[in-house]
Amino acid sequence: MLNVLAQTGPGEMLEGLKAIGAGLGYGLAAIGPGVGIGTVVGNAISSMARQPESAGMVRTTMFLGIAFTEALALIGFVVFILLLP
Amino acid sequence: MSNSVTVEPVAPESDIARHLARRVVLVSPVFLLVGVLGWGLDGLLSSALALVLVAVNFRLGAAIITRAAQISINALYGAVLGGYVVRLALMTAVVLIVKATGLLATVPFAITLLVTHLGLLAWESRHVAMTLAAPGLRPTK
Repeated sequence: MLNVLAQTGPGEMLEGLKAIGAGLGYGLAAIGPGVGIGTVVGNAISSMARQPESAGMVRTTMFLGIAFTEALALIGFVVFILLLP
Repeated sequence: MSNSVTVEPVAPESDIARHLARRVVLVSPVFLLVGVLGWGLDGLLSSALALVLVAVNFRLGAAIITRAAQISINALYGAVLGGYVVRLALMTAVVLIVKATGLLATVPFAITLLVTHLGLLAWESRHVAMTLAAPGLRPTK
């Protein structure tokens, strides 16, 4: 592996590191929204189980909460696309 | 909580996703114009792709929730989290395929994707907040 690294030029190495960084960044950026969506849905399910008659209102708020949380993942996605060589 | 617990047969998320998709059509000329004026044909295509992705993402998310809620609320939890991963993967795959063709202008794509997603959500939140708080004062648009 060190031989392969020694044969690559500085430009190639930089491109490779940028790709690795972009992928890592995207993966890390997706963790937070995943936890957030889990929290939103978990609490919505608790509410629906306690008060099934309020399911419509809870699901409305839940969907908007999921979509807002997902915006964070989209920011990570956009950074991934911008960084990708 | 048993697996047989289901929620009432309403689908508010589908209505919200339909509203959002309709609003994507309303705001699309602005983003398409900015894309074509700033980045040419690539910008137009990239903005169009971002608008389609936003609308499809909302509709797919709502469809997953509606379908899972008909099964059980336990299925809802798994479907929403699984759907999140699947939707991100689909979006990534589509964008990488388009990027490989060389037609993707990343800046107009990024601007359109983020501004449309957040802007439309804020717009819809205003509508939903008024509807939930005071149904009589519900905005017409």
